[in-house]
Amino acid sequence: MALISDGRFIEDTWRRLADEEALPKTGKFIVSLPRLEHAVEVLGPMATFGVIVPNTTEPSALIAALPRLDLISIAFPAFADGRGFSLARLLRRAEFKGELRASGRLVADQYPHAIGCGFDTIEIPDDLADRQDEEQWRGALNAYSMSYQRGYAGRGSILEARRKAVRS
Amino acid sequence: MTAVDLRVAQRPNAPMTTYRYDEYDAAFVSERVAEFREQVRRRLAGALTEEEFRPFRLMNGLYLQLHAYMLRVAIPYGTLTARQMRRLADIADRWDKGYGHFTTRQNLQYNWPKLVDTPDILESLAEVEMHAIQTSGNCIRNVTADHFAGVAPDEIEDPRPTAEFLRQWSSLHSEFSFLPRKFKIAVTGAEHDRAAILVHDIGLRIVKNDAGEIGYQVVVGGGLGRSPFIGKVVGNFVPREDLLAFLEAILRVYNRFGRRDNKYKARVKILVHERGIDEIRAAVEAEFAAMDRSPFAHDSVEFERIAAFFAPPPYDSLPATSASMRAAKLESPAFSNFVDVNVGAHKIPGYAIVTVSLKPIGGVPGDATSDQMRVLADASERFGFGELRVSHEQNIILPHVKQDDLFALWRMLDAAGLATANAGLVSDIISCPGLDYCSLATARSIPIAQAISKRFSDMSRQRRIGKLGVKISGCINACGHHHVGAIGILGLEKKGQESYQITLGGDPTFSASIGEILGPGVTAEQVPDVVEHLVDYYLAEREEGEAFIDTWRRIGHARFKDVLRREGEDGADI
Repeated sequence: MALISDGRFIEDTWRRLADEEALPKTGKFIVSLPRLEHAVEVLGPMATFGVIVPNTTEPSALIAALPRLDLISIAFPAFADGRGFSLARLLRRAEFKGELRASGRLVADQYPHAIGCGFDTIEIPDDLADRQDEEQWRGALNAYSMSYQRGYAGRGSILEARRKAVRS
Repeated sequence: MTAVDLRVAQRPNAPMTTYRYDEYDAAFVSERVAEFREQVRRRLAGALTEEEFRPFRLMNGLYLQLHAYMLRVAIPYGTLTARQMRRLADIADRWDKGYGHFTTRQNLQYNWPKLVDTPDILESLAEVEMHAIQTSGNCIRNVTADHFAGVAPDEIEDPRPTAEFLRQWSSLHSEFSFLPRKFKIAVTGAEHDRAAILVHDIGLRIVKNDAGEIGYQVVVGGGLGRSPFIGKVVGNFVPREDLLAFLEAILRVYNRFGRRDNKYKARVKILVHERGIDEIRAAVEAEFAAMDRSPFAHDSVEFERIAAFFAPPPYDSLPATSASMRAAKLESPAFSNFVDVNVGAHKIPGYAIVTVSLKPIGGVPGDATSDQMRVLADASERFGFGELRVSHEQNIILPHVKQDDLFALWRMLDAAGLATANAGLVSDIISCPGLDYCSLATARSIPIAQAISKRFSDMSRQRRIGKLGVKISGCINACGHHHVGAIGILGLEKKGQESYQITLGGDPTFSASIGEILGPGVTAEQVPDVVEHLVDYYLAEREEGEAFIDTWRRIGHARFKDVLRREGEDGADI
């Protein structure tokens, strides 16, 4: 797996825990959604952990755990399945402040969409990273100077810029 | 130079009545071209697989068809300037085969572009403030509007500022570019629906409440395709300042809950059908209530900025009816017929709305050659403030012509083969490209349209028949809107043979209805016979003032079915 953050391939400091693995005492690790409740219960307040969730997850299922989570990874079962974008928006609306990660076969061209919806990092399989290098991911991020939507992250808003131009 | 000419010269890309790009719009579209150029390069270099490339080329209007690529250019809310029409002609000559095809969703299709040329075509379009953004793909498509917008006498408000507002909001939306399926929005601001809003994913009807405020009736879940549905009201009066937020709520509900397990059940109409409109309305209202509305706080200001572009052109004060037009009608029966059939009432006295039919007898519905496009551009500059419209009936509209100029315009159109006086008549057929071009098609559509058109080539007979919508699709995806044709024709394939299913009683307007199947399928050769028998039966049965659909509604489907059955006994194998 390769991890993209701020237009760069970086080393992943998080470890995805297999379901049969015991919860570790230290380190940053990611549990599956079915183990989340148990993890929140038994782990101390200092533990650093995250959860990977299907894109069909109801945000309400995560609300109670949100303050404890440092990372939420949303699975993209197919790159053209856009449900994860809306889920990311809803988790940000619920004031999740930790790392939001998109995990799946996302292509570089979707990077601005992911950033816009509140994702921080993208996790892709190595074969995809071999074809789509850092330059392509950075290129996608810089393809547009501004966007038409307001309230989405990343690029500046055209509508906002127009308002400023009128007022000045 | 007249004052109007001077203003046109100062703003060479537009009459005074449509949106013009500012620096942000221009930058956005040219960045889109650069991005696509890079995507094509990466596709050819192998960085993108065909599967990965597909949604991105589709969102730039590029389809892979039966024989070649097809590029679908957006004509937002159907409005074109003369300069834009000329550019469409130039592109057809330079990169295609000298013609283009106007579609039922206010787009223009080029049927033969090469993949490597498409970035240059998009760049050429961007120079005249055009693009092919989101004319395909599982995203919010090109927003369409009433083609008589701004000039129809029955209008509450011009729907085009709303459509432009939505065009911008929906362009490259971060959240809604990978929806379960395509998503089409249409807007009307009139009392009569010419935009078929009840058969769109979202239909917007501009309405006025008791306090005289403008708002939107929002309809969701209409659509044609293999499972046709009439849209249902999800918001009865949404104030303008809430429109984008309300639409965002609908799109979010759809993006999250629309089916993705079966592409044939992925449209929002299926979600509405399966969950019921009450559940969907509750979900949308809950989402709307939960949203952070601050990003929408200045929507009204932006709307007003856009609306200012759509000011009426500088009309002259004229008598309600032109004496010279009346005199010319008396002298030329052909001109008189053209005026009676193709010319509609305008909200300004002394002006007229002219429909230029792209349905010559025996022609390909919606096709225009580059020469014809240039004639239309010239005609719009000479007679209509340089503005043109594209209708969902695949015709071209000149929206502001002085009645005094109609005769000169008609002569100009006639010389270019563009004066067919059949707007709304039986030969004004909507047809998809069908098996002649399309990889989805199961049967031919264009030759069927041509055969019906030839069968009714006697124009006086057509006028006697009156308004009659014939619509033909070459497969169940229903791009030819057959479900809402008073006579609908659906081409299928049965045991290797083309078979055409006839439906009656479809209606795309506010009185929307889906056509009912007449009987077993017929062969391609039989279609004109069947249509002719149905029409003859209607003529025999109709009462004063009744259109085909009125008679059908009054006497019922069964009586028309009997016509076919009797016909079958007479020897035809139906």
